[in-house]
Amino acid sequence: MTTTSDTRSAVGPAVSAVAEPRTLTYSEAVREAMAQAMAADDRVFLLGEDVGTYGGAFGVSGDLVHRFGTERVRDTPISELGIVGAAVGAGLAGMRPIVEIQFSDFTAQAMDQIANQAAKIHFMLGGAATVPMVLRAPGGSGTGAAAQHSQSLEAWFAHVPGLQVVMPSTAADAKGLLLSAIDDPNPVIVLEHKLLYKQSGPVPEEPVRVRLGETAVRRTGTDVTIVATGVMVSRALEAAERLAADGVSASVLDPRTLRPLDDQTIVDSVAATGRALLVQEAPKTGGFMSEIAARIVESPAFGRLQAPVSRLCGLDVPIPYAPQLEQAAVPQVDDIVTKAAELVRRW
Amino acid sequence: MTLTTEADRAKHALTTMWTIRRFEEAVDDMFARGLMHGTMHLSIGQEAVPTGACMALSEGDYITSTHRGHGHCIAKGAKLDAMMAELLAKETGYCRGRGGSMHIADVATGNLGANGIVAGGVPIAAGAGLAVRMRGGSEVVVSFFGDGAVNEGAWHEGVNLAAIWDLPVVFVCENNRYGMSMSVDRAFNVDTLAERARGYGIPGVTVDGNDPQTVYDAVADAVRRARSGGGPSFVEALTYRWKGHSKSDKNLYRTREEIESWRERDPIAAFEAAVTGGGATAPALSESDVEECRALARDRVREAIRTANAAPDADAATLTDAVYAPAGEPIAGGTRA
Repeated sequence: MTTTSDTRSAVGPAVSAVAEPRTLTYSEAVREAMAQAMAADDRVFLLGEDVGTYGGAFGVSGDLVHRFGTERVRDTPISELGIVGAAVGAGLAGMRPIVEIQFSDFTAQAMDQIANQAAKIHFMLGGAATVPMVLRAPGGSGTGAAAQHSQSLEAWFAHVPGLQVVMPSTAADAKGLLLSAIDDPNPVIVLEHKLLYKQSGPVPEEPVRVRLGETAVRRTGTDVTIVATGVMVSRALEAAERLAADGVSASVLDPRTLRPLDDQTIVDSVAATGRALLVQEAPKTGGFMSEIAARIVESPAFGRLQAPVSRLCGLDVPIPYAPQLEQAAVPQVDDIVTKAAELVRRW
Repeated sequence: MTLTTEADRAKHALTTMWTIRRFEEAVDDMFARGLMHGTMHLSIGQEAVPTGACMALSEGDYITSTHRGHGHCIAKGAKLDAMMAELLAKETGYCRGRGGSMHIADVATGNLGANGIVAGGVPIAAGAGLAVRMRGGSEVVVSFFGDGAVNEGAWHEGVNLAAIWDLPVVFVCENNRYGMSMSVDRAFNVDTLAERARGYGIPGVTVDGNDPQTVYDAVADAVRRARSGGGPSFVEALTYRWKGHSKSDKNLYRTREEIESWRERDPIAAFEAAVTGGGATAPALSESDVEECRALARDRVREAIRTANAAPDADAATLTDAVYAPAGEPIAGGTRA
């Protein structure tokens, strides 16, 4: 990484008069962010199970071990608690570790180091130390991996002061948010989505950061605000297309980071449309969309509501194996269309 | 290095042990009189372990500590007034009143922190060792923990990582015979906890934890090995906590006779006897030297209490300040969108 220009605003030489934005898959974008950060700063390194020669359980680290060596792309034994603890210690002692946990479900094994150590050390020590650790883990269902490899656990982490929680839904955000996470002096949990790893999108070649705490407005409409996270963002956008054909105009908002949460953009949109449909893959009870619902009704947007704030969530069940059951457990595009249309038509 | 024959070393060891003892007696007393809030875990009777172990360390070396961590802090060189201020819920405390007894850290002296979670510091120590290794440093990390930690998953994972990566870590177990009320005899099916080291392919020794010289020798050996790239070691120091686990302990799980028998093996009294002529060699310290060490410890603790009492209370107006560190310099390269 030798240049710091932003390719999106750079005017290139005449050779490529109309520069096609380069596309990468979501997993390539994550890898590129890690590679650029490692190239720029010796303190940055990756550790996790099978991140080396194997290339990561989902292929995200890929060839990084060949570019940065086995010290900085460090295979670990199957010891999630130990791995995260080692990252906490390395961060305290001046490094910038990135931990990959193979499936976000396995963070349960590491929860002491995440929630009791990483999250709290800066505060407990009165600000005397920081834990600049990034923990990346794929979540979500849709792969037939059943209940222990498919959860959406963002609410666990978002409930802990001291953690930051990131859920990228596009390739560009996967790169830009990860770069911001690596920059950050505090622990950041980055929840990637397995179904998005192979999705492609335009991604700046340069290491362009996307700030933590900025809700993205993915689509602007007038009848209803759909707030969605993770893989639900693309489903909400597809639903909005179908709703438009049906005469319903929907905004689609993607918070991108749950902590810090840019609730102002959400509240402003709901105040304008008068309706809110909050969509998440995670089970409804105690889910993060409950928090967003509360933020809306506690805000001045309450006075502008034309319909009850509505959540469309995963069922309160463990993710099942059979494909027809798995599909039924989490919101699909049809569900979003039906629920949004009902909100608009009934109220 | 022999602590009992070199006067400076002997004074340092004795003053450190007395400072730990007096500090903890003082906080125990203040707590009993309602002048101190919260809870605490006292290490009275165990002073030889942190004293001997930290004397084997150099500037820049790290430690991780435990809920029973006052001794580690003091032996590693923490400021007594900031420790006392923390316990007294003052703004000038090490943690500005956010942490209390169980979370005192002193990053400036390499103390990465006490820890309220048993074995929580063990993988953290491995990580600090990894950081040292990756940046080509020569520092060593000592991870203190109790016997209870040796049955935690975090302990096994942390020790194994240090072992497979040859990290410069010394795992120091203060085996005080009880994990709260659970005796080591009931909690382990091995004769010594050091046997566990063999399972991870690292050296392990069991030593008398009530003798700072013995602890020093074992830890110094392990530190030398770690510093020269020989990887981690496990030192089990046998000792005993005279006081209860914390404030709710009625000592129902052990006998008065057992406690008394260990009080007769007081590490400080034994060390005083050794340095004033108990051994075959010429005495390192005179009676008046010993008296001087005692007085120094007492005065330091008194001064810490005075300074801390005069400090402002921790202020709720700034309570949420330190949940997140402010953004610092980003890593090199790139732009912000």
